[in-house]
Amino acid sequence: MATLSVCQAPCGGFSFDYCRRNVLLEAELAKLERSVPAARKTGTTICGVVYKDGVVLGADTRATEGMVVADKNCSKIHYISPNIYCCGAGTAADTEMTTQIISSNLELHSLSTGRLPRVATANRMLKQMLFRYQGYIGAALVLGGVDCLGPHLYSIYPHGSTDKLPYVTMGSGSLAAMAVFEDRYKPDMEEEEAKQLVRDAIAAGIFNDLGSGSNIDVCVITKGKVDYLRPHDEPNKKGTRAGSYRYKQGTTGILTKAVTPLDLEVVEETVQTMDTS
Amino acid sequence: MSIMSYNGGAVMAMRGKDCVAIASDRRFGVQAQMVTTDFQKIFPMGDRLYIGLAGLATDVQTVSQRLKFRLNLYELKEGRQIKPKTFMSMVSNLLYERRFGPYYIEPVIAGLDPKTFEPFICSLDLIGCPMVTEDFVVSGTCAEQMYGMCESLWEPDMERQAFEMTCPVSRIIEFDRMSTTVDSKWDSKGIISKDGRCGNNTASSKSMI
Repeated sequence: MATLSVCQAPCGGFSFDYCRRNVLLEAELAKLERSVPAARKTGTTICGVVYKDGVVLGADTRATEGMVVADKNCSKIHYISPNIYCCGAGTAADTEMTTQIISSNLELHSLSTGRLPRVATANRMLKQMLFRYQGYIGAALVLGGVDCLGPHLYSIYPHGSTDKLPYVTMGSGSLAAMAVFEDRYKPDMEEEEAKQLVRDAIAAGIFNDLGSGSNIDVCVITKGKVDYLRPHDEPNKKGTRAGSYRYKQGTTGILTKAVTPLDLEVVEETVQTMDTS
Repeated sequence: MSIMSYNGGAVMAMRGKDCVAIASDRRFGVQAQMVTTDFQKIFPMGDRLYIGLAGLATDVQTVSQRLKFRLNLYELKEGRQIKPKTFMSMVSNLLYERRFGPYYIEPVIAGLDPKTFEPFICSLDLIGCPMVTEDFVVSGTCAEQMYGMCESLWEPDMERQAFEMTCPVSRIIEFDRMSTTVDSKWDSKGIISKDGRCGNNTASSKSMI
């Protein structure tokens, strides 16, 4: 979209136009001892576990921008297809966009094959894309779903390697969550047991890792049904305010005020006939 | 110290009962040197939709113009005003295209749905990660101070009058603290509610050295 002719609509894909400018800017900044702004990261604890009938995915809900919490309730469990969901850790924009791209491609693929998509297909698409960008797309994902061959769970790293395992954790809180899993995981658990295990693993991440916090979201995927529980648990409810801190009218001086009335569009018109005979 | 504080600037938006408010400062400077005090950072993108851009001034202007271009094409094709959530996706797409050589801006969007008048606010980071909230969004050089003020002053379902005071007060207090944003007039572009929008122009209480 750099030197555009008016008739040309923007085409898709990454644009590297500003890279040269930004490199020069960064060099200039380095002289002045300034730094480049940080993208929003998800800090995060995400995990998944395979149980008897399917897969349970869990995630916390904190998004950080440097040392400040940017979003107290962000959604980290992304939709890929009706039977496949993906948790994302790392750079928030990357996880959001990558899962959306693969979700679109998978839907087209599914329409083309006429079948419900398989988790292995989503995994292959994701890893091929991430490898293509050599780790510069900072998306660490936990992909889980149920297809015709049963429940599957994969962990996908930013450089494009994947692992197919019965239980996985990713993110800055992954060690805390893995500790819980290693202690209490057993194969073929019941749904309630699996949900409790995931909830406890994410809670361990929330309380022991600074990059994770707020609520716990859980997604239970079984053959033919998905339960997206957002929030599943709220261990960090905000306290209630003790006093009123409202400022009086007129505290801030107003220099000028311009009120523009807006037209309301006619959305719906119905005519009721009356019998006047 | 970051590239965002080269020109300085701060934008925020708050959500109230059936209305939203968006406000920004009006300073344009080069590091410590002030250049003008009437630099526009909030741009209308529809009758009831505004976007505020904080960050490098050149990118503020470029992004607002390119966004308006895409928005115009959208409105011509669709024959209607864009919904705020769709607009957020449009901004996200525009920013993520430059994932590896980004625009140095952090946008804030505030508006009402053109048909249902449902209030909507959101912010995005410099590569387009969207964040929709129920209360307030802030971005710019004094973001941390703004978070503090908003967190303590905001209440759910604030009526319009109460709202008019809260948004400005949070701003002034922030600005007093940050040398790269303060000292000029700051501009609350609007309490946007379904029957009309109201633009206020308010002054900061003191100047900075």
